[in-house]
Parts: sequence; C-alpha cells; structure tokens
Amino acid sequence: MSTTIAQRPQLSGQPSDLVGARLPRWAPIAVGALAVALALGIRFALGWTGWGTAFFTAAALFVIILTGWSFSVEGVRRAKDRLASTLIYACFVAAVVPLVLILSYIAIRGIPAFSVDFFSHSMNGVTSRREGGGLYHALIGTLEIVAIAAVIALPIGIFTAIYLVEYGRGKFAKAVTFFVDVMTGVPSIVAGLFVYTFLLLGFGARPFGAAGAIALAILMVPVAVRSSEEMLKLVPRDLREASYALGVPKWRTILKVVLPTALSGLITSALLAVARVAGETAPLILLTGYASSINFNPFSGDQATLPMMVWDQLGKRSGTGTSDLTEARAWGAALTLVLLVLILNIVARLLARLAQPKTK
Amino acid sequence: MAKSIDVDNLNVYYGDFLAVEGASINIAPRTVTAFIGPSGCGKSTFLRTLNRMHEVIPGGRVEGKVLLDGEDLYGPGVDPVNVRRTVGMVFQKANPFPTMSIYDNVIAGYKIAGSRKNKREFDDIVERSLKGANLWEEVKSRLQRPGAGLSGGQQQRLCIARAIAVEPSVLLMDEPCSALDPISTLAIEDLISELKVNYTIVIVTHNMQQAARVSDRTAFFNLAGVGQPGRMIEYDETAKIFSNPTQKATEDYISGRFG
Repeated sequence: MSTTIAQRPQLSGQPSDLVGARLPRWAPIAVGALAVALALGIRFALGWTGWGTAFFTAAALFVIILTGWSFSVEGVRRAKDRLASTLIYACFVAAVVPLVLILSYIAIRGIPAFSVDFFSHSMNGVTSRREGGGLYHALIGTLEIVAIAAVIALPIGIFTAIYLVEYGRGKFAKAVTFFVDVMTGVPSIVAGLFVYTFLLLGFGARPFGAAGAIALAILMVPVAVRSSEEMLKLVPRDLREASYALGVPKWRTILKVVLPTALSGLITSALLAVARVAGETAPLILLTGYASSINFNPFSGDQATLPMMVWDQLGKRSGTGTSDLTEARAWGAALTLVLLVLILNIVARLLARLAQPKTK
Repeated sequence: MAKSIDVDNLNVYYGDFLAVEGASINIAPRTVTAFIGPSGCGKSTFLRTLNRMHEVIPGGRVEGKVLLDGEDLYGPGVDPVNVRRTVGMVFQKANPFPTMSIYDNVIAGYKIAGSRKNKREFDDIVERSLKGANLWEEVKSRLQRPGAGLSGGQQQRLCIARAIAVEPSVLLMDEPCSALDPISTLAIEDLISELKVNYTIVIVTHNMQQAARVSDRTAFFNLAGVGQPGRMIEYDETAKIFSNPTQKATEDYISGRFG
C-alpha cells in the first residue's frame, strides 16, 4: 500500500506570504566597493592628505548605504539586522587587528635575535656595543619567580574557591567575594610597594627573586579564586547529592567527586592565572632588581626577568646608550615572553583535554 | 536487613518556609510505598527527610521524629553520613560520576568513602550489584568503559546498582523513571518488585499507573495553595486508594479531575 502526501495547491504568480523581498547576495560587496570608490572620490575632491579620514568615511558610507538600501527594499526589521551585524563585525575586526599587528610585529623584530647562543648565554659583560649575549639569566629568573608565585598563590586560590562554592554562607563569604573582586583591580605596582615596604624596607634586605614572587602571588590569588570558583560551580549539584546519598562525608565528596570532575577546568584556570602574571614588570622593578649575570638562587641577590631584560636592553634601567644590538635583544626577550605565555596556554588546553571526563 | 520506617507528625522547613506539615506514616519492611500528588506538594521533600538529604539544601530542617526500626534519625549525636549509608537514594535524573568507569561507579560508595577492600571483594560487589540492578548482562564485557557512555535507562540502573552496592536497609527513589522511555521504565519497575524481597522501598512518582503497578501502599500528598505547606492527605493500601479512597481530594486527583 502506498500513501500519497496531499499536494498543496500552488497558486502560480501569487507570491507567498512567507517570502519577503531580499537584497541580492552580492549586495554587501557591491555596497563596499561603492563606499570605497565614493570615499576615494571625496578624498581627492577635498584634497585630504591622510588615509585615516578616508577609511572612516568609507566605513560610515558603507553602513549608511547598506542600511538605507535594505530599509527601502527589505523593510525595517532586516535593515536593523544588517546594521547590527555590520557593527558587530566591525567591532570584531577592531579587536583582532591590533592583536595580530602586535604579535606579528614582535615576531618580525624578535626572530632575528634568536640563536642558540641567545638562549644559552647571559648578558654578563656584554655592553651595548658588543654582539652576543642572551636571555638565559632572565629566562631562569622568570621561570623561577613565576613558579614560586604559582606555588604560593594556586593553593590559596583553589582552597578559597572551594570554600566559597562548597562551604561559604552568609556575611563572611560575601566579604571574601567582595575583597577578591577588589584585589582583582589592585594595580601591580601597589602589590609591589606593599611587599617592598614590609619585606625589603622592614628587614633592610636587598632585592631578591622570591620577593618579586610574593608580589606576583598577591596578583595571582584573585584571578585564581575567580576562575576556579566558576569551574567548581559548573559541577552539577546532582553529583554531590549522589555522593552524599551513598553515605560519603562532605570533604571526601569534594576530594573524590567535585575536584576530579572539575579538574580539566581547574588546570586551565591555574595556568591562565600563571600566564596573567608572567609578563608583570612593575613590582619586579622594586623587588627583584636586575642582574646581567646568571643567578639561580631566587632567595638571595638581584635576579633578572624577561620583562626587566626588555627594559634594561632599551637603556631605560641604567640610562646608558642603546644600539641596534640592544634593541634586537629587547625584541628577542619580548618575543620569548610572548612565546612563554603561548606555550602555557597550549599546555593548559592539552592538559585540560586529557583531564576531561570521557563518555566513550 | 530491611528496616521499618515510622514518622510521627513531621514538619519540614526550608528556612522559615513550612514545606510539609504534620506528616505521619508507618512503612513496614520489605514493602513498596508510593508517594503521589501534584507538583510542589512536598512529596520529594518528605522523601528526602527519610535520609536527611534535605539538609543538603541550605536552611533545610525538620521538627518531629523519623524512626528507623525504632531509632530516631534526628536524635542527638546521629551522624547524617551514617543515616545515608543505611538509607540509600536514587534520583530523578541518572547521575553516574562522569570521571569514573562503570566498575568504579558501582563501588563509588566504598571507593569515595575510602574503605579498603581487595580486588576480589570489589569484583564480587560489582557483579552482585549489577545483577541486582538487571544490568550485568548488558555491561559485563565493558566494565572499564565510562559510565556516562551508557543509555539513559542503563545509567539509571547503574545508579540503582551503585545505591544497593553499599547494602542499605531502605531504598528511596525520587521519580526514578520520569526521564526514561517506557521500555526502560518497565525494566526499572520489574527491578523494584525484585528488590522488594530485600529492601524497604519508597518511591515518588507522577505516574499513577506506576504507583498502582509497583506499590503495596500509597500516600497521597496535596497542598491547599501556592505558598501553603504540603500535607499527607491519605495513606492506605494501594488497591484501596485507587478504587475506593476515603478522601474526596484523593478521588479527584486519581480520577484526573485536578493536578
């Protein structure tokens, strides 16, 4: 037996209510070309010299013409849609273009400085007029200081987040949340000044690496708290209740159910918090100083870091002269710092994927 | 192993809000008791007070007594953790632990709580519990695969296996079939009548046919209006509730005149 689906009567020639007038698919491209041509025409007619005004004129013309055309053909709803879409795309481009420009410029300036020697030598005895030298001392300093900061800040951050999500009720928890929010906005130099006053001035100590690490830890804690808190909140209530219903105490539920389930997110948030402070400079000026030679000991003596090396090589620290050589080394150190943060992000993503709960 | 439950004039509060007022019930061991009633009438809340799970929600507290084989669950010094080991619970939404394999999910009650047993004991518990939940034949070849990879009905039976693995005396089920298809529902209902031999079972359900099919006794809950506390209207043999209820409200509800 076969069934036939009833055919809807086709009223030829009569447009359906469901089909509205649309601009052709090529409309945005055509309007774009028209806007650019118009802007160029205006530029020559009025004798503008720069390109910036012409660019913004073209952008404004594009928005006005496309929205106007759309309004006259497609009606008010579609015109609004085109206007909003255009603005959103424009914002996206405005956000991405500077980022791409900065990264590519650092890469172009930094790569020429890269060599095996650059990564295996310090700046000990290398003057602004001499070739050679490298960032080994600064890389060691940055890795050590950031590692110490992470060791101090991440446990505090994650435990605070556990408190806020699992235990925190009432006024005290609200106060903790409030102060964490306030701390997120503390300028890094203020954290540096705080440690400088109490640790270096208080004990009459010379700058050393770990002092900088403490300041970085202060900056890391609120970031770690906030991001870990969000991750722990994502763990469904159901899982906690399932564990309680099996007669499991709360602390073991947190340890064995909540933390493993949120592990992937916690790793991401920890490494992003580390990446956030890796390039911090202001507190390190006060607290770790700078040494052109290699200092492995973060607890004694000035220690170089990558941001401080950029500062030093640009002649800002000592007021000495610069040369093409020092500038190249500064860009090389800057690129290394960016790559370090990039590697941290990639590692975070890989670890997070490994730690994710599997379904297959 | 199975224990009786006796509740006398229990009030349940969330903060200042009285959620259930004056509930009393006597549940015999090795029986199935169904709670029915419209949404928001407090049947799930009341169920949760039977293993102190309502305390997980901030502000949750009770006035009155819940006796498990004569022992008050709310007596001084009673540890809710121990109560929940004796009175297990299965939830509306299947909630296997996503980080664990099928095997580890079944023994989660031991593993998470940190109790030490050797591999053979765990193997026995896993096989016994999965057989008890009618899931063994379907998963015995892939015990190390993630529990979250099973179908919805299988996940719910995995949760039942997990609950009975710790050998409770009472099993509470909060709408265990409401997210399942009819075939999985039938599997769980068959399972309930098998589990009845060893456990005291209390089940909340919105499905009146299900209550009629699986339960020995039925309690009907209702509430006078929004913001009013829920009350237990009638509690009797299931056959009587569904054929010849004493209360008018019960008759209206089971005949579909409201709710």
